[in-house]
Amino acid sequence: MNEMTVEATPENIQVITAFVDEQLEMYDCPMKAQAQIDIAIDELFGNIVRYAYHPEIGSATVQVEVTKDPLAVVITFIDQGKPYDPLAKEDPNVTLSAEEREIGGLGIYIVKKSMTDIAYEYKDGRNILKIRKDF
Amino acid sequence: MNIEKTQNGTEVTLALSGRLDTTTAPQLEEKVQESLDGTQKLVLDFEKLEYLSSAGLRVLLTAHKAMMKSGGQMEIYHVNEVIHEVFEVTGFLDVLNIV
Repeated sequence: MNEMTVEATPENIQVITAFVDEQLEMYDCPMKAQAQIDIAIDELFGNIVRYAYHPEIGSATVQVEVTKDPLAVVITFIDQGKPYDPLAKEDPNVTLSAEEREIGGLGIYIVKKSMTDIAYEYKDGRNILKIRKDF
Repeated sequence: MNIEKTQNGTEVTLALSGRLDTTTAPQLEEKVQESLDGTQKLVLDFEKLEYLSSAGLRVLLTAHKAMMKSGGQMEIYHVNEVIHEVFEVTGFLDVLNIV
């Protein structure tokens, strides 16, 4: 398992994405799965950046583990900010017209739909969000 | 992300390449804002766009509404499989004009 800890700032979304991509490329992760994982990072690490410590700045750790049987990647996002379970939120209504549309909640919904599994726990003062994507 | 803008009369095309995400969405928002005035048709060419996240959806929705409000239209070309799936699960296929 590899991990990286950085300040949860907008600039570091790209740093974390590059860190994860580098490992996915070593395992010949299909392009489509990699793009979906990159989207998930933007949504999940982005949420930590926007909400976890606001208005303060704190750190976040991202762990990456590739398993071989089945071939899959597990990415864990850990922060010590405000307790927040993104999975507790109701799914957004995706049938509304352009005028009635709201973007809130769509990010986590995209992640739920594109990943194989997603799990949240709050433990020892830390938000721990784990996603798994089978290749 | 890189955005290439071309104008043909009242039609403006923005060709995006790279990734439309939290970091780059403000760039598109700015380009769209400065392209709205007098534009009847706004074309977003996604041929070289790798993917988009919800930050990108927000800008697309705002742009779509702005074009509708001014009596114009917005169309999106060359959507790849990953982006198509994002539009599909979020219901944006029914909201935006995907050509």
